[in-house]
Amino acid sequence: MSGQGVGQILVYSLVLVALSYPLGVYMARVYMESAFAARGRLRWLGAVERGFYRAVRTDRTKEQDWKSYGATVLVFSVLFWGVLYAIQRAQGHLFLNPDGMKDVPSHLSLNTAVSFVTNTNWQYYGGESTMSYLTQMAGLAVQNFVSAAVGMAVLAAMVRGIARRSAGTLGNFWVDLYRSLVYILLPLAIVVAAILMWQGVPQTFSGHATAHTLQGATQTIARGPVASQIAIKQLGTNGGGFYNSNSAVPFENPTGLSNFVEMLAILLIPAAQVFMFGRMVLARRHAWMVFAAMFVVFAIGIGINLPAEQHGSQVLRNSGVNITMGHGQSGGNLADKEVRFGLANTATWTVATSDASNGSVNGGFDANTPAGGAVPLVNLFLGEVIFGGVGSGLYGMFFYIVIAVFVAGLMVGRTPEWLGKKIEAREIKYAALGALFVPTMVLAMTALSIVTRSGLASIYNHGVHGFTETLYAYDSQGNNNGSAFAGFELTSFSAYLGAIAMLLGRFVPMFAALALGGALAKKKIVPASAGTFRTDGPTFAVLLVGVIALTAGLMIFPALTLGPVVEGLMH
Amino acid sequence: MRNLVSSAIAIVVITAVFGFAYPVVMTAFGQAAFNEQANGSLIKVNGRVVGSKLAAQEFTGKQYFHERPSATSPAYNAGGTTFANLGPTSTELAKNVKAAADAILKLEGPYNPGLTIHRIPVDAVTTSGSGIDPDISPAYAALQSRRVAAVRHLPLATVQTLITRNTDGRSWGFFGEPGVNVLELNLALDKLGGK
Repeated sequence: MSGQGVGQILVYSLVLVALSYPLGVYMARVYMESAFAARGRLRWLGAVERGFYRAVRTDRTKEQDWKSYGATVLVFSVLFWGVLYAIQRAQGHLFLNPDGMKDVPSHLSLNTAVSFVTNTNWQYYGGESTMSYLTQMAGLAVQNFVSAAVGMAVLAAMVRGIARRSAGTLGNFWVDLYRSLVYILLPLAIVVAAILMWQGVPQTFSGHATAHTLQGATQTIARGPVASQIAIKQLGTNGGGFYNSNSAVPFENPTGLSNFVEMLAILLIPAAQVFMFGRMVLARRHAWMVFAAMFVVFAIGIGINLPAEQHGSQVLRNSGVNITMGHGQSGGNLADKEVRFGLANTATWTVATSDASNGSVNGGFDANTPAGGAVPLVNLFLGEVIFGGVGSGLYGMFFYIVIAVFVAGLMVGRTPEWLGKKIEAREIKYAALGALFVPTMVLAMTALSIVTRSGLASIYNHGVHGFTETLYAYDSQGNNNGSAFAGFELTSFSAYLGAIAMLLGRFVPMFAALALGGALAKKKIVPASAGTFRTDGPTFAVLLVGVIALTAGLMIFPALTLGPVVEGLMH
Repeated sequence: MRNLVSSAIAIVVITAVFGFAYPVVMTAFGQAAFNEQANGSLIKVNGRVVGSKLAAQEFTGKQYFHERPSATSPAYNAGGTTFANLGPTSTELAKNVKAAADAILKLEGPYNPGLTIHRIPVDAVTTSGSGIDPDISPAYAALQSRRVAAVRHLPLATVQTLITRNTDGRSWGFFGEPGVNVLELNLALDKLGGK
């Protein structure tokens, strides 16, 4: 590791905190002030907002209980899924298709529509050679906004549940959706898109360019409305690229600076939501401890991935080529990585994208060393709670927090409490469902896939690495991440099983979160006493990391030994 | 039912704003403010597009600097990017790396007496993430410089100056890693004349 590389990682961490804190404070206002933007110079924004509520026929003062809130989310998501499926199936006959892309086949359309509606952005296709501009910008990119906003809305509702006492309702979905979209995601996307265009990301409706190369060949150069889509794909923890190789492609990510901004965008909103939560429930020190726990796991990830990649893969070390850093190169395992990012920036991205449920990549994961590749694999398996997806990350973390205070309660022999609310059997059940459902499903689906002929057909690299590819595929889809050991191939079997994984992985934890929020909202506040386990000190942060490691970490361990561990021991 | 009607209306409104208005406005802004970048950073010579600053292209001639290997089909396909996706213990990866190293030894050996595989930088034998990585490491450029200088009958110092001039440093001197833009470097060489 070079001082330069470590310096870049440190600056990244500092800037992340410096930007996410004020954003979190702002977001708390957006969700808490019923008259946000109703007065002052931004009055017209309030008027537009009221216009939207009239259009969707909602009374913004009418709040919903958790069941009604969840039902609206579900109907809205299913209907939008249908629209996205239809656009893909018909894109060949629609407009904004300068390069003549054909209709997308049905099993691929189904998987892709589920993928984008569930904020997963798993991609069994190469964007620049499959999707028309219409599908990219009016289908996929819209979902990048919407699926993110849905996650943010559900989180806002759940946090209200924690903050309220003896209440029956959590908020109005349409209000939370609108405010997430218009007051948070849109302004950030505009800023990020502008920076990306400046750095070199295309933004045009013209079709592919044709170049006549210096050696007399012709080269097709794919472009399109890229910057607007990349901005939101990074901010909304979506991750679905315009190009097949995602943010490794210079047209998505041309410079060191664009890379820095895109990496910041991955964790910005999820990190800000921790501070937002602290404000909304009036427990800022507790929020800092949650942030600290997340940050420690994030740092551990980089601490494993970067040295492993710098050390290089078995094949490269045996080949005898120069993988030593210095003298004009960053060295290490540069297979499927880009020169302008080098190892430190690829490692930071790899860890950030797998901690958050982003799933965008700036280098190929399949080529990672066994230890380096195990980091994103484990990060996904923790349930995307280390910062995590926008919204879904923090509500996923709440499951672990509830389990942590429960464990602490058992240790001191008192009824566990969290922020003044008694945690009882019902809450533990919801939390356990939310925390354990997805990992169990991932292991079951991986098992199903490797014992069936149709499942095995997707594997690209044979042997142990093929098992890791399969595990990663269902880990990624189940946890709505979308990154891949990208050799894993599309079959009808993998398309349908993956779609089921994404749907259940999205909606089971989401409903568990809403139910938990609803249950907590009804409770009274119990005054803290001398026996109350404090959740605002470092002890709590340590306990939280321990609980995450014990619950999800131990579940993945056997599978990890079959994949990366064996591969690391080979040769 | 109420949810269904509300959802349908919301979908229409949201698609209009985020699916059309947002990208259209950003395109108008990008075309006006960053015209060159917004259209793909294309490089023109005598009015003809010869490539993009952001995409590698095939160079096999001895008078040119060569790019990193590419996993796309055909190589350096800027309309179908891809990783190689070969695992860290893959025998195919071992084969590809060896073949690439052997080719470099054969090509550069005559101009770099005593060249061994231990002096070949790793980026020269590994595929890039995109398949169109426009950069090579300064180390790989240095390795190729003697051949290019000899074939073009240029002083080595001239070629080295051009390498330095076509090296994109870290953004703001800090973010990322330095890389030598191969297409721009080769264009600069062609402009000098020589063969």
